[in-house]
This record gives sequence, structure tokens and C-alpha cells, in this order.
Amino acid sequence: MNNNQNYEDSVAEDASVAEFEHERHGLMSRIHHFLHANPTAAPIIVLLISLGAFGLIAGERFFTPFNFSLIIQQVTVIGILAAAQTLIILSAGIDLSVAAIMVLSSVVMGRIAVTLGLPVELAIIAGFFAGTLCGMVNGVMITLFRLPPFIVTLGTWSIFYALNLWYSGAQTIRSADIDATAPVLKFFGERVGFFGAQFTYGSFLMIFLFAVLWYILNWTAWGRHVYAVGDDKEAAELSGIRTNRTLISIYGVAGLLCAIGGWISIGRLGSISPQSFYEGNLDAITAVVIGGCSLFGGRGSIIGTLIGALTVGVFRSGLKIAGVEVLWQEFTVGALIIAAVAIDQWIRKVSA
Amino acid sequence: MTNDPIKPVLEATGLVKRYGRVVALDHADFELRPGEVLAVIGDNGAGKSSLIKVLSGAVSADEGEVRLDGEVVNFSSPMEARERGIETVYQNLALSPSLSIVDNMFLGREIRSQSVLGKIARRLDRAKMRDIAREKLTELGLLTIQNIDQAVETLSGGQRQGVAVARAAAFGSKVIIMDEPTAALGVKESRRVLELIQDVKSKGMPIVLISHNMPHVFEVADRIHIHRLGRRIAIIDPKKHSMSDAVAIMTGAQEPPADTIAA
Repeated sequence: MNNNQNYEDSVAEDASVAEFEHERHGLMSRIHHFLHANPTAAPIIVLLISLGAFGLIAGERFFTPFNFSLIIQQVTVIGILAAAQTLIILSAGIDLSVAAIMVLSSVVMGRIAVTLGLPVELAIIAGFFAGTLCGMVNGVMITLFRLPPFIVTLGTWSIFYALNLWYSGAQTIRSADIDATAPVLKFFGERVGFFGAQFTYGSFLMIFLFAVLWYILNWTAWGRHVYAVGDDKEAAELSGIRTNRTLISIYGVAGLLCAIGGWISIGRLGSISPQSFYEGNLDAITAVVIGGCSLFGGRGSIIGTLIGALTVGVFRSGLKIAGVEVLWQEFTVGALIIAAVAIDQWIRKVSA
Repeated sequence: MTNDPIKPVLEATGLVKRYGRVVALDHADFELRPGEVLAVIGDNGAGKSSLIKVLSGAVSADEGEVRLDGEVVNFSSPMEARERGIETVYQNLALSPSLSIVDNMFLGREIRSQSVLGKIARRLDRAKMRDIAREKLTELGLLTIQNIDQAVETLSGGQRQGVAVARAAAFGSKVIIMDEPTAALGVKESRRVLELIQDVKSKGMPIVLISHNMPHVFEVADRIHIHRLGRRIAIIDPKKHSMSDAVAIMTGAQEPPADTIAA
């Protein structure tokens, strides 16, 4: 009775019918494939083109070591927030509270070291702890209570911001007071000469953190799990990953990164203001998106985010030097976000 | 046939599973022997999925017991079942599309480097994982996949199935459960998967195959477990019975033949 089951045999004979010609790829198609295979290539190309364009528009004042060091200083804090945001977006989440966590952590550091006069090491550890805790609160609500990340972090954005106003008494801690009691808090704002330009220690720390995160995401099991959870949570769970634990740890690590950003922000601002960086989270998301991360999770790279942050910095600096008004700078960055996502969608459309 | 001295690898007796008022499993039995391909067939709602979920640890039964190598086991998660050697290839394959073939094969059980970096910085041993993955894919004749670092989303449906099966077969498992492995595939790709089942079987690994496709079931199965109304109603030998017999028994149009095991 098996003789009627060989109906597939006919397929094997003329398998060649289904083949396509592979040689007729045009230039566009080849570019498309290259960009698909190298996800960081597109952000790099955008950065190089914008560098070239602003070099032409803004002229010599743009291509100076001083200006580049300024750009890097300007993107340092946002870059670290964007690194935290990258981890979360890779896991198919979003964190609107990153800037609030950062400011709260810096306020905790300032309160303990300057106002209370306790040892600065303790203050910094407390700040890191506060940041990690805030992140984990987000993570726990998202995983255990199954709430959407957008809603949870929209709520905690306000909550952390309110806590930060309450804890600081809405008072800014002045620069002179920090210098007198805990100058270490401003360490990352100190400058060193490097290739004829002045860089802050904070900029080096940012680069270092990006390198560490690159290593973690690509060379450790946890890093692979971040991608897997963001790609398909159910599949990750069935593959044996404890997805909830992974997600909580992702939000916790992001919170810690925000706290580190908080320490750097003290050096950058010189003072500790509970009302600083209120729009930092949107700038961070901008950098992540321009860096090529998919908001649906699982795709993107941390290096892309660094390049995205630099691209935003280059745009703002270039437009400013070219004499473009602030409102048109905002306009251009907005257009850049939409263009970046459009290009990204196009790249994704490639079929194997 | 009933009192065969062959010791089953995986066995279940008197399984009961209720979801509210619905009785999904009504004292169901199950028996998988060493080295065989056992197909599980049944109409929609017969309780196949519930049976498989109990065996793979996704749900636990209200009554009855499951034995692995003669030892009573009680899994509370698929991971526990997997640690004991029961690997399940889910219908949706449980692969991460944007990760590479190697990453997917080792997802959740990555190999850490033995070097200092591995100990301090938890560095993965990428080279070793690649070697093992390549070896396992070669064993199963899946070398048509040329670049082991390519993302799973760039593979065809049959190749993805191959990666999922290779992952299940790679880790010294005792039993492989395959849920509808050919359901989403074309004719040519189904053929590859059936060959894959034969390859895995030739390594001595027993397979539980859940399928709706009668020609496929009759082609690869050594025995066919027919599920009806929440219990095993018969086990038939595909060489002695026809597909229409199987369908008739499955739908209740025909009484189970005398030479089959009654539940």
C-alpha cells in the first residue's frame, strides 16, 4: 500500500525550474545586500556624509580638533543614556525614564556627599544603587505584572522625577559647594589634552563603556540572550532562557548605566540640578534609532548607537556653526530620525 | 504484542488533565520504545497536544505518572524535561530569527571559554561552538547550509527545521519530540525533513512524531499511536494497516482491530 506515496519523486527530477538567476543584480541591489549584511554600515555612512556636508557648509571652523572635542563632550551624557536605551530597545522594550533615573542618581550622590557630608565613595555607591534599583523596578513591573514597557516607564518617568524633586528639595547643589566637599563628583568633567584638543575624562569613560557593552553583547551568553529575548521572547523561553530574569537584569544594568551617566553629568554641568536633562531620554532614543536599532527588538548594535549619538552631535554643531537657528536645528534632527527609520525599513526588506 | 519484554524509554500511564470542565486527557497511556519512530495521530481536540505538553514538561498532569527509563519523573518546566534528555522541536521551532545558526543551536547552553577571559569576563568559546554546530549539521546531512554564522531568518523553512532538529539531536538527548515538523513546509522540504527523521533514528534516538500528514506518518513511523477522546485508543503497525484504517479508527468509524493494544 506504499506505492501511492511517492508523489514527491516527480519533484526531484526538475528541481532546476525553481532556481533564479543570481547574476543580474544591479548596483542598487548589491548596496542593499551589503547594508543588510553589515548593520552598522548605514549609520557610519550617514555620519561620514554629514561630516563631509558640514565640512563644506560650515567650512574650516567645523574641522578643528577643538570643535570635535566639543562635539564629543556634548554627546557624552546622552551617549551613555543611549547605551542604556540600546540594551532595552534590543530586548524589544523602551525606557522613557532613563534621564529621570540619571538625574535622581546624581541627586542622591550630591545629597549624600555634599549636603550630608558623608564620604564621597559611599555617595557614589548609593547613587549607583539607586539607579540600578530604579531600573529593576521598571523590569519587575514589566515582567512580573506583564505591563507594557512604554506604560511602565512613562509612569516611572514622572515618579522618579517627582522623587528627585522631593529628595533634592528642588534645590540645585552649587558648583562651589561640590568643590569644597566632594570634588571627586566632578572628576569626569576634568579635561586632558589629547591630539591638540581638550577631552574630558567623561568622554573616555563613555568610549570605554561602549567597548565593554560591545564585548558583553557579542561575546557573553547574557549578551546573546538580550538579542534572543528581544527577537522572540516565547522562542527564547522555550530555548531554555529564563526570559523574565534576563529582562529584569537588562533594566537593572540600564539603570546602573544611567547612574554612571549621572556621575558624568555632574562634571559636565558643574552643579547638580534636579531639573537638568529633562529631555535627555528623547535625545537618547534619537541616537539609538539613528544608530540603526529596531524598535521591535532583536536587531541593532551598540556601536551603531555610538555613531548615532555622534551623528546628532555633528548635526547640531554643524548647523550651529553654519548659523542655523536652534528651531531649525531641531527640525533637521527630527527629519534625520524619520529618514533613518525609513532607510532602516528599506534595508530590512531584503530577502535572503 | 502487549506484553513485549522491551523496556520503554518513555512511558506514561493513566494521565488525566482537566481544563475546567474540559477533560483533555482521560486516563491516557503512552509508550515509546528504544530506537523507534512513534507517530501520534488523532483528530483535532483528541488530546494530542495535551499529551505532548505533559511529556515535554510544558504542563503537569492532574493524575497519572510519566516514566523516563523506568524512573518516575515529574517535570515542572520544559527546561527540566530537557535537562533529563527530552528535547522538543516545537511547531514554531522556537528559534530566534535574527541570531545566527550557531547562536541558536547553543541558545541557553552556551559554552564558555576555558581561558582566563572565559573565567573572568565570561567570554564565549565561539570557535568551539562553531565546530560542534558544523559537526552536528554534517552528521544530519545538512551541510547545504554553508555559512554557519548566517542569520536563521535567511534560511528556508526546511533548513530552519533542520537547525531545530540538529539542536534537539545535538545534546545527548534520550527522546526527541517533533510537533508537526512538516506542516508548514513544501513538498520538497518535507522530503528533507523526513530524511532527517530517518537520520536521527539511525543514530538510535527514539522520536515521537506528531503529524496530521498520513503519508508522512506511514512512511517513517514504526508504530502509530492513535489518540481519540482523550485517550490512546489503539497502537497500529503501519505495515499491517492502511491509512484509511488509521483514519477510521481515529474518527471512531471503525473499532480498533483485535491485534492492537486497547487502551
